[in-house]
Amino acid sequence: MSARRIFARPARFAAIAPYVWMVLFFLVPFAFVLKISLSQTAIAQPPYEPVFDLTAGWDALKSAFAALSVDNFRLIGSDDIYVFAYVRSLTVAVTATALLLLIGYPIAYGMARLPKNWQAVAMVLVIVPFWTSFLIRIYAWINILQHDGLLNQILLALHLVSQPVVWLSTDSAMYIGIVYSYLPFMILPLYATLAKMEPVLEEAASDLGAPPGAVFWLVTFPLSLPGVGAGVLLCFIPIVGEFVIPDLLAGSNSLMIGQTLWLEFFTNKDWPVASAAAIVLLVVLLLPLLLYERLQKRQLEQGR
Amino acid sequence: MTDELPRTDAAANAGGDAYPAAGQPLLCIEGVAKAFGAFRAVDGVSLEIKAGEFFALLGPSGCGKTTLLRMLAGFEAPDEGRILLGGKDIAQALPHERPINMMFQNYALFPHLSVRDNIAFGLKRAGMARAEIATRVAEMVALVKLEGLEKRKPDQLSGGQRQRVALARALARRPQLLLLDEPLAALDKKLRESTQGELMELQRRLGMTFIIVTHDQEEAMTMASRIGVMKSGKLAQVASPRELYEAPRSRWIAEFVGDVNLFDGESKLRDGHRLVIGTRDAGSLVVAEPREPVGAGRLAVAIRPEKVKLSRRGPVSEAGHETAINRLDGVIADICYLGGTTTYKVKLDTGGMVQASVANSARLDVDAYSLNQHVVAWFTPDDCVVLQS
Repeated sequence: MSARRIFARPARFAAIAPYVWMVLFFLVPFAFVLKISLSQTAIAQPPYEPVFDLTAGWDALKSAFAALSVDNFRLIGSDDIYVFAYVRSLTVAVTATALLLLIGYPIAYGMARLPKNWQAVAMVLVIVPFWTSFLIRIYAWINILQHDGLLNQILLALHLVSQPVVWLSTDSAMYIGIVYSYLPFMILPLYATLAKMEPVLEEAASDLGAPPGAVFWLVTFPLSLPGVGAGVLLCFIPIVGEFVIPDLLAGSNSLMIGQTLWLEFFTNKDWPVASAAAIVLLVVLLLPLLLYERLQKRQLEQGR
Repeated sequence: MTDELPRTDAAANAGGDAYPAAGQPLLCIEGVAKAFGAFRAVDGVSLEIKAGEFFALLGPSGCGKTTLLRMLAGFEAPDEGRILLGGKDIAQALPHERPINMMFQNYALFPHLSVRDNIAFGLKRAGMARAEIATRVAEMVALVKLEGLEKRKPDQLSGGQRQRVALARALARRPQLLLLDEPLAALDKKLRESTQGELMELQRRLGMTFIIVTHDQEEAMTMASRIGVMKSGKLAQVASPRELYEAPRSRWIAEFVGDVNLFDGESKLRDGHRLVIGTRDAGSLVVAEPREPVGAGRLAVAIRPEKVKLSRRGPVSEAGHETAINRLDGVIADICYLGGTTTYKVKLDTGGMVQASVANSARLDVDAYSLNQHVVAWFTPDDCVVLQS
């Protein structure tokens, strides 16, 4: 009993802390954005109305509430620009995440099967690019991919192409940039689950008559699913909202939703529409999260 | 119904070779060696295992017994030598191509699969029909008494239940040869003892060939019909448990298997079929002449503690005065009560120590000795083993 009294309070505080954090830094700002998304744009400071003024009295507040509308959401639903941007964002995110998984899985698997001291070296090699600013690394890619850049020089020297290839301002460049930037986020969770997995399980599978391919698909891959899920989410969600890489590496004829948001905010100064677009994006991103959670729960229940 | 189990159908996976009849050689290991870098883990092992045998590979950790087992399973390829199973060299065959299954230390159950799917895993890989798999799994579940737990995942089972799943999974394919890597090491003592009995029962009933790897000599003695003792990558002796204990071939084996008193000395003279050996710590000892002649030079006399008798004045058995030529006077220096037996350490007047293990055949300790009591320790020449030192 006394042990409980001693430890209960700090433990309870620690348990509450994440909720306090969520309310302060997620729910409150979210409420602001939600309110702005229901407002109308105006040439004013701030650039929207109505403005809730708690000092103006009850009636003013009531009429401010009445002035809120869902017009911005209707606009987003009906205007092709936004729909295309969402579709493009999702397509890019799905493609890039699939590429990341295809490239990241073998790397993570190889790392997990290295001798212990080499694993630490490999880990550092994966993390080391983070020590350089993200923007600088993307600019480095511009340098590599430009007309007389390193990539074209190599391709020409190897006689793989006869003319310099146009890389910049193409989707290929964007995918190269995204896969390069997000690879560590795919590798690290995969590596963590694969390194934890006992190699003896693979031996047991082959002992029971499974050829190497079957060992992978029946044992290794299913057991690494938590890592796959974490890696996919860690990459997919930020890629959907990615703004910098498509802006610097891809062409300007089709925009991702992050770029559209930026335009609305800073070029059009239309905060309400931008906020509405942000909220739709959040809902779109919540869906895969909920799905993942449902899947995990079902897996747990199957075990009962 | 499990009594009706056909003995093995693994012969089918081996390409139609007939499974040898019980007592015929099944597995021949010929001069097998495996090195890891400069370390020779297995160093020229040759061994023949007969069909239907329960064979134990016994040795301290690092002696190469696990490496040898892993070569039989196919996880390591030998650098030298041949491994013949039913006459066919399988040394370079991959694990999934061998009609051999293994029960792993710590079981290696697939955590994402239920008990049923764990057992069915090997059957599915063999391309068995669905209905047949269901029947076989049910058979296996009944065999290891896991009824009602088929849908559980491994982490919802106790240690003993997990051990049974591992056994059922390894037996399901009816392999020609079952390898067991320290199968009982993770169980507590009571469960280990009952499981030993069940494993032996099962092996006899299925008529299968088992090779077990263990560092626990008691486990090997209890279960195996033959034991191969390994030391530094080599087989030191292959013998029945009784022979291993009563006629160890070297000083090291005598010490590794069970407790033993060892007296170093030199051969002094031959007296008919008796040998007199002068020892440093226990004076002259008379021993029966060993079957294999011992050379001159340094020898050791080994005598098991339970064969050393104690008495207050001298040999007391009827024939004692003629046979108990070895009598050593001393005082009790240490008493270790173990329940069924008591081990006394006797400090000999000649300077050495001798251990005697005495059965506690009466509940009241009228016969027990006390510390510092003068006693006579005696034993017959036939109970001694002469070893090259």
